[in-house]
Amino acid sequence: MRTRCIIIGAGHSGLAMSRCLSARSIDHVVLERGEIANSWKQERWDSLKLLTPNWQTRLPGMAYDGPDPDGYMAMPELIAFLQRYAGEISAPVEQNTRVSSVHYDGDTYRVATSRGNWQSDALVVASGACNRAQVPAMAATLPASMVMTTPLLYRNPDQLPQAGVLVVGASATGLQLAEEIHRSGRPVTLAVGEHVRLPRVYRGRDIQWWLDALGIFDQGHDEIDDLARGRSLPSPQLIGSREHEILDLNRLSALGVELRGRLAGFNDGKLQFSGSLGNVCALADLKMERLLNSIDEWATRTGLDSEIDASHRHPATRIDDSPALMMDPARQNIKTIMWATGYRPDYSWLQVPVLDRKGMIRHQGGIADSPGMYLMGMPLLRRRKSSFIHGAADDALELSAHLAGFLERKSRAARVRPIAGNLPQRADNPKPGLFIPRPSSPMGADLPA
Amino acid sequence: MTNITTSVDNGVNVEALLGAREALTEMPEAAAFKWRASCKWIKGTHSRSTVQGFFGLGEAQSHKTEFTFEADHPEIFAAEDNGATPVEMVLVGLASCLTAGVAAVAQRREIQLHSVSATLEAGMDLQGILGIDSDVRNGFDGIKVHFDIDADASEDDIRALVAQSQKRSAVFDIVTNPTNVSVEVN
Repeated sequence: MRTRCIIIGAGHSGLAMSRCLSARSIDHVVLERGEIANSWKQERWDSLKLLTPNWQTRLPGMAYDGPDPDGYMAMPELIAFLQRYAGEISAPVEQNTRVSSVHYDGDTYRVATSRGNWQSDALVVASGACNRAQVPAMAATLPASMVMTTPLLYRNPDQLPQAGVLVVGASATGLQLAEEIHRSGRPVTLAVGEHVRLPRVYRGRDIQWWLDALGIFDQGHDEIDDLARGRSLPSPQLIGSREHEILDLNRLSALGVELRGRLAGFNDGKLQFSGSLGNVCALADLKMERLLNSIDEWATRTGLDSEIDASHRHPATRIDDSPALMMDPARQNIKTIMWATGYRPDYSWLQVPVLDRKGMIRHQGGIADSPGMYLMGMPLLRRRKSSFIHGAADDALELSAHLAGFLERKSRAARVRPIAGNLPQRADNPKPGLFIPRPSSPMGADLPA
Repeated sequence: MTNITTSVDNGVNVEALLGAREALTEMPEAAAFKWRASCKWIKGTHSRSTVQGFFGLGEAQSHKTEFTFEADHPEIFAAEDNGATPVEMVLVGLASCLTAGVAAVAQRREIQLHSVSATLEAGMDLQGILGIDSDVRNGFDGIKVHFDIDADASEDDIRALVAQSQKRSAVFDIVTNPTNVSVEVN
């Protein structure tokens, strides 16, 4: 089967792109290994809610319209939202169609799936940023008696042995799971490396509102000083709960969770933790302070001060003077390790030579390093909000415009092609640029802006 | 802003460091360095270490001259005190690494430094190395670093400077994280 564009993945990113292609009457198909919103359905723990408030949950052509705009969606609500969206936009989704390989021959993307083969001129990879848990190599050195799990496998604490648990990682995932598991009566030790501390609510408004208002979410990939670092930042320590609670290390300490440094190794029967806990906490506290200062400055500048709660600060992260550096898991009755150490996309099916030495797709703002190939839904893909649902909306609008331009150039080149297949590749393969081209002026592209 | 950019000078060539960073991102194999030291026993606890050659950017490199370090122990250890103790040299390494980091980060953040001094203190229970109590470790039970910094920056910016310097410090990493050490004898 042949179509102009194949979208891989029917999550929020793939559906948003489908809506934008339909709006441009571009013939396409969305291939989905499972059902719509599959990862949200199959690969998330039971208690998870979105980190973004409902009012922010919007895709091109549809926004949350329920009774609780300040709440946070649980997974069943989000899945229903995405299913409804797929219906309203009449997305051409082929469910239960698992992609086994994608090849590019210089002209056509050839996609083999569990239900037949597809060909297309353009390809959108929207298969998600979190297909695999990123478990450090040292996991292999740990005793076989330890139960190891990841957030992709975990559903609720009842799955775990009734014993102590070491949670490794201090992102939103690590902190949420540490709290839930500790409250279930399984004492938790939390290994803390570099992390991002954010209050859920500041001066009476959701932190996501502030990040939006200050324009931080809209910072582009080309405005970020250290893009590689920005793309690998752990998710901020947030939880979406009815009470709008602040989830931070102080809260976990108060519950009795033991804080340790980054997990550094396993030697002689003992887990070793880094002595850098004080510094990673100081770094996170200082960065949060800086953000709150800029929020205060912005509120004053825009005359908001009198309308909202007074400025205030959060206590510094409290840690022991000398946190233990070693731990014998047997002696501490720790039987489980939860690797909340991040996720990776799975590109094992992708045979197009676009991967960098770290196995990530080379791209400029979502325009991949292969003609007509695009990427969606990755951290800081085009802007800071790219990994959020409302970020997919803007990214899809811009990338679909670029994609339409690509298809048009390709069609035009085909029309003037004297002998099929004999033209130099260059004409068909414009190098991906940093910026989305504006509609070209009839006078040519070189006019001053 | 341009004024500040040109006037801040902590003697750090940030452009060269950023250039190196970019180049080594493209050519990771050139980033593989080997640091070397050699040591000769003199007498008692007195030894002399030298440092000159190292490897980096794909080839053998060398310091401008050979540097020599005497190590010994104080007289209360029944030694001759010909030099600093090895554990004090670890403190020296940490102090100079963090201080260099402060200067580099300050330059990058366009903060003019006027003075930077660090004092370090490490606790150690001799029952460890003397084999009196096997529950006591040989090494430090902790290191305290105190920085006094005079710079054209707010207190928080200075604290952030020191935090970032720790984050990027090789010696800070070496002392806070375990490292495999393999020792061979011929």
